[in-house]
Amino acid sequence: MNLGLLFNPTSNVMVVQVEDSQLVKQYIQGDEKAIEALINRHNSRLTGFIYSKVGDRELTEDIFQDTFMKVIRTLKRGAYNEEGKFLPWVMRIAHNLIIDHFRKHNRMPMYNSKESYNIFSLLGDDKLNAEKQLIKEQIDSDLLRMIKELPEDQQEVLEMRIYKDMSFKEISDNTGVSINTALGRMRYALINLRKLVEANNIVLTN
Amino acid sequence: MEKIYTKDQNKTKLVKAKPETIQFLLSYSKSLNITEVDGLQFESNLN
Repeated sequence: MNLGLLFNPTSNVMVVQVEDSQLVKQYIQGDEKAIEALINRHNSRLTGFIYSKVGDRELTEDIFQDTFMKVIRTLKRGAYNEEGKFLPWVMRIAHNLIIDHFRKHNRMPMYNSKESYNIFSLLGDDKLNAEKQLIKEQIDSDLLRMIKELPEDQQEVLEMRIYKDMSFKEISDNTGVSINTALGRMRYALINLRKLVEANNIVLTN
Repeated sequence: MEKIYTKDQNKTKLVKAKPETIQFLLSYSKSLNITEVDGLQFESNLN
């Protein structure tokens, strides 16, 4: 059996943790407790991942549920491939479901046909198409994630300048630092962001 | 310059899925039954 030792800071003791692959095996053999352990173990990580992409609580819950329903079905059918790791596999399922969601909602909008049928509701508008919208959402969430990795002071200036459209004079008044410091922070924020983009190999173009 | 990244993201972050969601999944897991007949798999839910 594959076991790992983990330190539990609250109880100050080492606890034995059964590995994912072992839990998967136990679940396939009919141990329902194993899936509970797996869900609880990866709950926050998967929820965070989905939420970072969709930004909506209800939708996150839905996709989380659909993901594990798929996991359960695949495991019960014996179609799970042992080669990969459990969590990346689950994340991939979630990722595909997120893409499915965006595809469905951008390409097949619902139209309520009431008493009068309005042809203009079906005509094209100036919104981004499904693919571009999806890319934009991904850029938004990628960028947001990377901004959160910046030091606090740089994050603050960048947010005020780009998201709140404040001038450097206003930023300086609000943060209590000189204009030059604010400019410097903005410059470092952008340099650091570029570094993060490169390090994470992310393409931020539509 | 066109402002691209101005979407309002002011929402409290969701940290964990609700206990009800977990409970639903556990019940789903218990009720799901896969039967294999002549190489074909059938799913059934026993409520």
